Amino acid sequence: MNQWTDILGVSDIPRLGARVVRHGSLDIAVFRNAEDEVFALEDRCPHKGGPLSQGIVHGRKVACPMHNWNIELDSGRAVAPDQGCAREFPVKVEGERVWLDLSSVNVAAA
Amino acid sequence: MDMSTPMGRGPRMKLVMVGNGMAGVRTLEELLKLAPDLYDITVFGAEPHPNYNRILLSPVLAGEQTVDDIVLNPLDWYADNGITLHLGKKVVKIDRSARAVEAEDGTRAGYDRLLLATGSHPFILPVPGAGLEGVISFRDIADVDAMIRASGQYRRAVVIGGGLLGLEAANGLMKRGMEVSVVHLGPWLMERQLDEPAARLLQKSLEEKGMKFLLQKQTAELVKGGCPGSLPSGEGERVAAVKFKDGDSVPADIVVMAVGIRPNTGLAESAGLHCKHGIVVNDTMQTFDPRIYSIGECAAHRGVAYGLVAPLFEQARVCANHLAHYGIGRYLGSVTSTKLKVTGIDLFSAGDFIGGEGTESILYSDPIGGVYKRLVIKDNKLVGGVMVGDTVDGAWYFSLLRDGKDVSELRDHLMFGQDHCGNLGHQGINKAATMTDDMEVCGCNGVCKGDIVKAIREKGLFTLEDVRKHTKASSSCGSCTGLVEQILAVTAGGDYSAAPKARPVCGCTDYTHEAVRAAIRQNRLLTIPQVMNFMEWRTPNGCASCRPALNYYLISTWPGEAEDDPQSRFINERAHANIQKDGTYSVIPRMWGGQTTPAELRRIADVAEKYAIPSVKVTGGQRIDLLGVKKEDLPKVWADLDMPSGHAYGKALRTVKTCVGSEWCRFGTQDSTQMGIDLEKVFFKMWAPHKVKLAVSGCPRNCAEVAIKDVGIIGVDSGWEIYVGGNGGIKTEVAQFLVKVKTPDEVLEYTGAFLQLYREEAHYLDRTVHYIERVGLDTVKKKILDDNEGRHALYERLMFALSVERDPWVERAKEGKLKHEFETVDA
Ligand code: SRM
Ligand SMILES: Cc1cc2nc3c(=O)[nH]c(=O)nc-3n(C[C@H](O)[C@H](O)[C@H](O)COP(=O)(O)OP(=O)(O)OC[C@H]3O[C@@H](n4cnc5c(N)ncnc54)[C@H](O)[C@@H]3O)c2cc1C
Ligand code: SF4
Ligand code: FES
Repeated sequence: MNQWTDILGVSDIPRLGARVVRHGSLDIAVFRNAEDEVFALEDRCPHKGGPLSQGIVHGRKVACPMHNWNIELDSGRAVAPDQGCAREFPVKVEGERVWLDLSSVNVAAA
Repeated sequence: MDMSTPMGRGPRMKLVMVGNGMAGVRTLEELLKLAPDLYDITVFGAEPHPNYNRILLSPVLAGEQTVDDIVLNPLDWYADNGITLHLGKKVVKIDRSARAVEAEDGTRAGYDRLLLATGSHPFILPVPGAGLEGVISFRDIADVDAMIRASGQYRRAVVIGGGLLGLEAANGLMKRGMEVSVVHLGPWLMERQLDEPAARLLQKSLEEKGMKFLLQKQTAELVKGGCPGSLPSGEGERVAAVKFKDGDSVPADIVVMAVGIRPNTGLAESAGLHCKHGIVVNDTMQTFDPRIYSIGECAAHRGVAYGLVAPLFEQARVCANHLAHYGIGRYLGSVTSTKLKVTGIDLFSAGDFIGGEGTESILYSDPIGGVYKRLVIKDNKLVGGVMVGDTVDGAWYFSLLRDGKDVSELRDHLMFGQDHCGNLGHQGINKAATMTDDMEVCGCNGVCKGDIVKAIREKGLFTLEDVRKHTKASSSCGSCTGLVEQILAVTAGGDYSAAPKARPVCGCTDYTHEAVRAAIRQNRLLTIPQVMNFMEWRTPNGCASCRPALNYYLISTWPGEAEDDPQSRFINERAHANIQKDGTYSVIPRMWGGQTTPAELRRIADVAEKYAIPSVKVTGGQRIDLLGVKKEDLPKVWADLDMPSGHAYGKALRTVKTCVGSEWCRFGTQDSTQMGIDLEKVFFKMWAPHKVKLAVSGCPRNCAEVAIKDVGIIGVDSGWEIYVGGNGGIKTEVAQFLVKVKTPDEVLEYTGAFLQLYREEAHYLDRTVHYIERVGLDTVKKKILDDNEGRHALYERLMFALSVERDPWVERAKEGKLKHEFETVDA
């Protein structure tokens, strides 16, 4: 069952940027794009584990800071021809607040 | 646009394409990438085959490849993309009022947008007998089949036309065991691509292979054979000889006409579309009926109908963009180059290779070795060239030509190729053809030749960009680019190195760096969204390539006014430290001129212990690197260090390397250490198109290695020598002498003026050497040495720009600027 958790405010995330949410040993990158859409991915690039939170956000993608793979924010999938997937987390915005569903995490963690 | 529907929603528009060839299908591929859901697509192709690589018909004829090898888009491709495909159906009518096309067999299709990509047809000489059996042209698979069949039955072939196509046909037929004579009207072969000496050399090497030539012969008639019935093909009326104006004649069992091509404009004309040298199109590839586009060999853009794929693919991109309602893609024409695909014969030709008024030629001729090169230079720029026998540097020459690089500096070595111009990048391994598959091409990404060839074959790649995307080769430091271009040429058969006249900033726009900078200056654009709006960017907020460039152009053009946008900075410049492979950071504090103090060293030691920093290293830049710092610790580390930012993470002033100089050294003529400290303090906080490194040596023994710095200064008894454009990185470049001055103040002013010129004129990510390569040292000298006002002004502009910059470490460590960048959220 879901574990929606109030994490932070939309305005705490820079536009076209990200914040790192630390949940135990797990880093989750929470992105905000120009349209104020919010996305949550594990902060690990499918290529060589680069921290996606540190990349440049454009459109609905983020360019990994390490070797510039482009990752789709809404699916975690690498943009072709690169292949791979970053784990994504359910996220919702209610008013100013950003909520994460951490159930999947905890299952994994447990 | 009028009846356009928003992407993805509403009824889809109908796009019909006439002509299932290379340019047309390329347009569809580009379009599907941009707007997969915008159109229902229908394709008519007169040929019974899916799109194939026409270029490779030559190797197929020569028996080096099969028809299956050269298919580019198998039928599944059309199916997978939901494209309705009518093969073997020639469109004979366009009903513009009803907006529908009709094929021979009556098949009709309505359109909202129509794309005419009908290519061209071989020109058949209007001489008696041209219609005889055994007279073949060289355009499609059917022609090649006919030639292959004939080569099995007959002995003597005559090819009319000594151009690219004719020679490739002749070569193929010879490989198939026929006796081949090439008839040519002109005084020498391929006169449109070659000068006489080159052509003679080519002719010689082809004659050695057994080809015969009849030059300056004008065909008068094709004579039909005597005794019909006896001919295998049954009915008579078959060609038997070629007769010339001068009365001579040669026997021929088959005649291949390769005297040129004519754009297929019939269909367009019958629909009342304006045609002249082709279907006339504007810069967005639209015909006089804006609903109808045309690209490829059938289209005439600014009076030119191109006959090579590279420019056609350029048109395809622009056309696809426009069909997708993206930005304002513009096609501005292309520079092209040609390569003859006759195995064992190297030939390359590009641009104006004959020269004339105001041009000079550099010649290299080795008749014995069978090598001839001619490079034509105008106003210090390469404008054309011809090469026979040794074309290894073709790609390189072509890029010099295309980019209009100033070659005055290279001039003496130009003829001997890239390797003799200081390119350590890929010394020695530049013969793509002779490389084995397991040889490494790209050292940065460990890509071997085999990987690249495989990708090109399997994925049908055409451009350098494609190869970069799919294999990562040449996508990092770029030193293997020339090599990759060659592999592309060798593998894909044709020559794909042609490119748009002007290189766009990135895929988000068609504008060049210059255009963007000019727009920012002239229209006082102050933010990235403003620029993207004004220049109609194709993407909502750019990409990781253009955003950092735009950010730099803005803050360097409007210092103090344009707001620096951290989200458009590469992480190192956002965090003001270098990200490491494990996600930690490195901190390199500034040590003015490489000088430090016991107190600083003590603080560094304490910080390293306090924050358990795993590695402390002396860098190659005369300072100390603390590696493995946690991001959240950065502000505290900076605060405790209490030293200025070293900008080792930035496209900015990095180090100023010095030697001890006259203070201590028994040879020292000047106080190089102090000079270095002054330079570093004055130019501290300077952002630039790329990193900038300085060095000062106290005497010509040059212990500070000034020869490989962006600006290097050597103290001599009578003053200081200033060198610019050195680089010790990917491609070692020795700095060039700019000027000799007397006083330290002059050193500061000349150096500052040069750096500001670089800041104002270089493309983002060009080091000083690349900038100078592009504009030429003379231009730099004019602006810095000859123009005193100009020099002062440049220096003043730099001083103003620096006056509004602050030390980013102080701002973040002491004033909490952008705190969120360094704080994580717990959950
Ligand atoms: C630390 C250092 C190596 C060392 O341990 O000595 C270093 C480390 C890096 N160099 Fe360097 N370079 C260092 C001196 C040099 C030098 C030697 C010099 O400056 O005298 C060169 C050749 C001289 C030159 O640049 O012309 C050099 C040529 C490069 C290049 C190739 C630049 C080029 O134009 O070809 C790159 C790649 C780039 O910048 O795009 C690079 C990139 C890098 C990066 C920033 C790669 C990256 O993006 O992470 C490395 C960062 C490591 C880190 O986190 O600190 N580094 N790098 C040196 C820092 C000097 C300093 O104190 O600031
Ligand atoms: C043997 C050979 C070697 C070549 N070598 C090189 C090279 O090395 N480098 C290089 O850059 N270029 C080379 N070219 C040129 C290159 O192949 C052409 O420039 C390119 O194929 C043109 O593409 P296109 O789409 O404009 O025309 P095409 O590829 O010819 O496609 C046009 C298609 O439209 C079809 N069509 C025409 N009218 C109709 C109609 N009314 N209804 C339906 N379909 C129709 C035609 O049948 C044809 O299939 C070579 C060409 C040949 C023939
Ligand atoms: S420090 Fe410089 S040379 Fe060494 S690995 Fe990094 S980039 Fe390459
Ligand atoms: S780790 Fe992300 S691109 Fe390599």
